[in-house]
Amino acid sequence: MSTTQISLIREHTVAIKPPRALWVSFELGRPLGVPNDPAFQTRVLRACLELLNAESGPVLQDYPEDVPPELASADFTGMSCPIDLPQPSSSEHGIARNLLLEIRQVAPWYALAVSQRGRTTVGISDLNVEQAGRFLAGYLEDESTPAPRGDLTTGRLLKLVCEDLKAYYSEAASAQPGMSASIAVEHWLFNETVLGKLLWQLRNTRTEHEDDEMKFFARRSLIPDRQIQYKGARAYNP
Amino acid sequence: MARLKDLPAGERELMMKIPMPHFDATPFVTGKPLSERRVAILSTAALQTRSDQAFAWGDAGYRVIPGQTQPNDIIMSHRSVNFDRSGFQQDYNVCFPLDRLRELADAGVIGSAADYHYTVMGANAPERLEDTARHVAGLMKRDAVDTVLLVPV
Repeated sequence: MSTTQISLIREHTVAIKPPRALWVSFELGRPLGVPNDPAFQTRVLRACLELLNAESGPVLQDYPEDVPPELASADFTGMSCPIDLPQPSSSEHGIARNLLLEIRQVAPWYALAVSQRGRTTVGISDLNVEQAGRFLAGYLEDESTPAPRGDLTTGRLLKLVCEDLKAYYSEAASAQPGMSASIAVEHWLFNETVLGKLLWQLRNTRTEHEDDEMKFFARRSLIPDRQIQYKGARAYNP
Repeated sequence: MARLKDLPAGERELMMKIPMPHFDATPFVTGKPLSERRVAILSTAALQTRSDQAFAWGDAGYRVIPGQTQPNDIIMSHRSVNFDRSGFQQDYNVCFPLDRLRELADAGVIGSAADYHYTVMGANAPERLEDTARHVAGLMKRDAVDTVLLVPV
C-alpha cells in the first residue's frame, strides 16, 4: 500500500523520512487547518493526496498556506471572557455547589453549540455532566468519595470526567462569535472559571500522589503545558 | 503554530527529546492514478465511536471508525492535553477529514473512500504500535484499500 501523510512537526518528519509528507504550519490538533471551512480543508487534503503522483521519494513538501491570523492567536493578550460568569461565594457554598451552578450557567451556550453542530464530543466518561462535576468536586474534598463507575480506577475515571467537563465548557465557549481561536477558549476555561480553579487544585494537590496513575495524570495529562508556562507553575516533563 | 519555535518552552523541549525511530530504508510504493485509488484514513487522535472503549494510558491498540459513522458518534479519548481539541469539537474534519475524503471520491478525484477507517493514540513509542500497524494494514487490504492517508494530531 502507498502512504501519504500530513506532517505537523517538520523536524520529526525530516528525521523519520516517511515516503510522502506534506508539512503544514497549523496548530497541533488541527492538521487540516480550519474547522468549518471545507474549502480550506479540501485544499490541504488534495495537496497531501497529490503527493501520491510522485514517482520516487521520500517527498517532504511544505504547504504554502497559513490559517487566517485571527485563528492563529499565539499569546494571551486581548483575551476577552466569552461567558461572563458571576463569581460564586465560596464562603457560602461547597465547591460542588459552585461547580454545579456554573455548569448550569454554561448550559444555554452548550445547548446552542450542540444545536448548531448537530453533535457533541461530551460523553467519554459515560456520566452526564452534572454527575461528572459532582464526582470531581467530591473527590477533591474527600478521596474516598465512591466512584460512580466501578469498572475503572479512580485515576482513569477522573481523567475521563475532566475531559468531559473541559469539552462541555469548551464547546459552549466556542459557540460564541469570534471564539474560534483555541487559545481564547482554553485561556477562559483555565483562568476564569470555577472548573478551571478545580482543575488547578487537582493538579497542585496530586503531583506527588502515592498512586502512580494519579501522579501522572496530575503532572502530565490534565493542564496544557502552555497554561502551566503562563502561570509560571512547575513543569513535570518526562 | 506547529513550528517548533512557536510552542511553549516545555513542549518544545519535549518534542526535541522524543527519540526518533531509525529505518534502514524508506519503502516507496507507487500505484494507480489517484482517481482509481481506494483511500483509508489512519489518525493518531485516539478517536473512537461512543460504544467503543476509551483509550487507556499506554494503550497501543486501535479503534475502528466505520465510514458511515454518524457525526455525533465520534469522540476522543487521547491522554495528551498538549494539542487543541476545540477544533475537533467544532468540526471533526479538522483532524479526521472523513467528509472531505468522501467529497473527493464523489468528485472523482480519488477512486473511493474505504468502508473502514482507523485511529490509534499517538502518545506512544512507535515500536509499541508495530503490531497494531501490521494488523490494521491486513484489515485495510481486506477492504481493498491501496492507499493510506496518515493524519497526526
